[in-house]
Amino acid sequence: MATDTSSQTESDRSPIPPVVWRLLSNRRVVIGLVFLVPMFVMAVLGETIAPHDPTNTNVQMRYDSPGGKFLLGTDHLGRDLLSRIIVGARTTLLIGFGSIALALAGGVPIGLAAGYAKGRTDELLMRLMDIVISIPTLLLGLLILAVLSSNVINVTLAIGIVYAPRIARVTRSATLSASEESYVMAAQARGESNTHILFREILPNVTSPIVVEGSVRVGYAIMIGTSLSFLGLGTGPPTPDWGFMIAEARDHIFQTPWFLVWPSLALLLTVMATNLIGDGLRDVLDPKETGDSR
Amino acid sequence: MTTQRQAERTEQETLLEVDSVDVNFEVPDGQIQALRNVSLEVERGETVGLAGESGSGKSTLAFAIVRYLDANGWVDSGSIRFDGMDMLSASTEQLRSVRGNRIAHVAQNPGSSLNPSMRIGKQIRESVELHQNPDSKAAANERVYEVLDQVDLPDPEGMAERYPHELSGGQQQRAMLAVGLSCNPDLLILDEPTTGLDVTTQAKFLDLLEELKSEYDAGILLITHNLGVIAEIADRVNLLYAGEMLESGPVESVFTDPANPYTQALLATTPEMDADKKIRPIPGQIPELDDIPPGCIFADRCEYATENCRTGEVPMETVDSATGHESRCHYWSDVIGSTAELETETETERTHGEAVMTIDSLRKYYDEGSLLTNLLTDHDPVKAVNDVSLTIHESEAVGLVGESGCGKSTLGRTLLKLHEATGGSIRYDDRDIDELSRSELNEFRSECQIIFQDPEGSLNPSRTVREILARPLKLFTDLGAEGRAERTEELLGQVNLGANIVGKKPHELSGGQQQRVAIARAFAARPSLIVLDEPVSSLDVSVQASILNLLKNLCVEYGTAYLLISHDLSVIEEICDRVAVMYLGEIIETAPTSQVFEPPYHPYTRALLSSIPLLDPETETDRIKLEGDVPEPRDPPTGCSFHTRCPQKIGEECEQSDPSLEDVGGGHCISCHHDTTELDQPIENQKHDDNR
Repeated sequence: MATDTSSQTESDRSPIPPVVWRLLSNRRVVIGLVFLVPMFVMAVLGETIAPHDPTNTNVQMRYDSPGGKFLLGTDHLGRDLLSRIIVGARTTLLIGFGSIALALAGGVPIGLAAGYAKGRTDELLMRLMDIVISIPTLLLGLLILAVLSSNVINVTLAIGIVYAPRIARVTRSATLSASEESYVMAAQARGESNTHILFREILPNVTSPIVVEGSVRVGYAIMIGTSLSFLGLGTGPPTPDWGFMIAEARDHIFQTPWFLVWPSLALLLTVMATNLIGDGLRDVLDPKETGDSR
Repeated sequence: MTTQRQAERTEQETLLEVDSVDVNFEVPDGQIQALRNVSLEVERGETVGLAGESGSGKSTLAFAIVRYLDANGWVDSGSIRFDGMDMLSASTEQLRSVRGNRIAHVAQNPGSSLNPSMRIGKQIRESVELHQNPDSKAAANERVYEVLDQVDLPDPEGMAERYPHELSGGQQQRAMLAVGLSCNPDLLILDEPTTGLDVTTQAKFLDLLEELKSEYDAGILLITHNLGVIAEIADRVNLLYAGEMLESGPVESVFTDPANPYTQALLATTPEMDADKKIRPIPGQIPELDDIPPGCIFADRCEYATENCRTGEVPMETVDSATGHESRCHYWSDVIGSTAELETETETERTHGEAVMTIDSLRKYYDEGSLLTNLLTDHDPVKAVNDVSLTIHESEAVGLVGESGCGKSTLGRTLLKLHEATGGSIRYDDRDIDELSRSELNEFRSECQIIFQDPEGSLNPSRTVREILARPLKLFTDLGAEGRAERTEELLGQVNLGANIVGKKPHELSGGQQQRVAIARAFAARPSLIVLDEPVSSLDVSVQASILNLLKNLCVEYGTAYLLISHDLSVIEEICDRVAVMYLGEIIETAPTSQVFEPPYHPYTRALLSSIPLLDPETETDRIKLEGDVPEPRDPPTGCSFHTRCPQKIGEECEQSDPSLEDVGGGHCISCHHDTTELDQPIENQKHDDNR
């Protein structure tokens, strides 16, 4: 016990915060990272590591099976599937993480304010959120994109707007109980500003449900993003995109199943990885957790 | 040794016999021994107390007896026999026929032990039907009403139809007891039955236990941390410390001639009413169960300890074989000889300065309702604080005492402008706190601080101690980063904490350490007034004493005024110069501390005082029973708010006109229609007989 605490105070001063070590010793986080890190590498490097030009068509090589010149085969226009998946990761991850970042930026302050203020402010804010939540997600995304033009940024924005109320709701419920704690009243007795109380006293103690909600929603956001491009409202050809690839593959499923399998598998692994990391984060971020949970 | 004892008491029937039991738990880091070599006996018709601080293993022992330990715990060695039956080798079937039927275990916290979605009557009937095989539903109901009546719940038929949340805390505890008694148990295990109850409710519950004991001829194992409760009703007492039994024997000899340093220290650390005893904290901390020192487990905190104590096993030694008084100590004979050595407190007359805070007819109502509901319905607000006036002077400690729900916390918070007052005025430093400018309000915040009951909750769990203490310094002082670090260290020194804890987070600290950090935070900006809201009630008694001493010293050192809110008069008596007694949102008596405990009394204060269990088992107190519960603050009684329960009620006068606080001499103010001489008179407990 004694040695444990001394090592902790030492690691307080080292450049790597102990929470990183605790994260890396969590099995779920590690498995999630094993899948997610390559996806990020693909998204960042894109064309430079793609073996072929993802937009280059080659009519002679249509429906090529995996294993030949093209590692994962080709699609109905003879484009290299591996290259398209590598480059497509960029749009997918941008939409997934970007939209949730937007949703957090919008939803967390609203939820904090509503949960802390209670009463009329709470009612007003949350009923507004309820209105947004009551519209089916995909429909709302379509609506927003119908008003704005359809490009990656707008898709991200649209999904961000769709998910912000859900984040707000989770934040509010965590804030409701946290704001009853006496440390909040102690802060009021010190005359702290509302901003300090919301973001410095309450927020650090409600992060775990928010982080979990956020990381689970990344998966959903990716799904909505792909659904939108599946419906033709995404980035549009010729930019590779997993959702659009799946949409295209649907018509050619009898010629080559690989065309459908690869983007779906990439999507599945990414969504699963974000969920695993979300679970792991929840265990690690709980301040009362000692970090020995596996 | 056990055989020796048995031989001496052959004529009495031993109901429960726990013999050198070890209980182990499997934890992630290995095994811990929660109980080591614990022996205990309960005879028929006897009340045996099991006392100890939190974490000593009291509840674990209770669960081990009924074989209800958590899945990761087991009885490693020893034997548990109940009425001749070996509990450890009993089959599930046998256990089922004993549990709830012959052994009733009444768990802690009635609020969560009763099923909230089941009527009280049904919960009792369940147990009756399971074990007693009644002829019919009517017969079972008959038993339900009978047992509800026995635990003194009014209107048993009506009570049986109620849900647990419709009962008050004391009534819930009685209902739990009724469930336990429903099958005429031979052994009743009560785990902290009165913790969380008000003193007046606790007193009634203890009286009830006494009556029931003779009626049922059962053995009672009473588990509590409150030594006063044990002194009050137990015949024998066992003191458990960190999983080992340190002393056991008849209550009279253990409390008057403790033969174990731990018992002695525990008695010296418990604040007592009306005694000039100086409370003495026990140094150090209870050892962690995963790091049990060799030899005597109390040696590290013991003033008698020698090298001899730190090695080898310390056996239980017989102090008096006639009474069965035993102590686990090499030097028990030295300990017994030195009991009288209690320091007495020297009353220091402290001078108080000008008024710091003046409260004038302050009102705080909750749930006032909208204009519409007020027009359409009979909507009454909850009158949490009703017309309270009080003045707190510089470096004066004012105690605010009252039962739960009387509005004392609300008053404390309204003073600090944490709640908006409904009416009346609060003047701080001769300025109305509602009219402070922004900078003045900031100054007010730095001058007036608050300390809460739950130390863990009052410290932000995601901050380190350093950050917690630096924050008020940054807000209220001009100190730079270096100055703040210095002051932090100084503050930690003043609350007797090492500077090495600055990097720790609150959950890594013990309850006492957490409260010390909270105290340091409150004192950081050298405030002139601190509201202490039950600062020690969630702490163990040995820790409580050191916190009280600390608060006393800091009060002198900083010249800070205190408003100490507590339900415990003995805590107030320790620190405060003046006491205000609160009932239903009103202050009904104020007086210098010494005078509150002497006549003339307000009838309510007198009842409160008589309800406190005394440590001395030989003093018989004439307890004044208060009838019924505290009325709803939404609909307080007309006239004097206490008239519904007052044992000295005069008549219509009390029901119609509200008495005002009147000085009866020496700054002692009482709000009662009686005059001083009448309040001096002893009260006969005339209602006692027609009660049953």
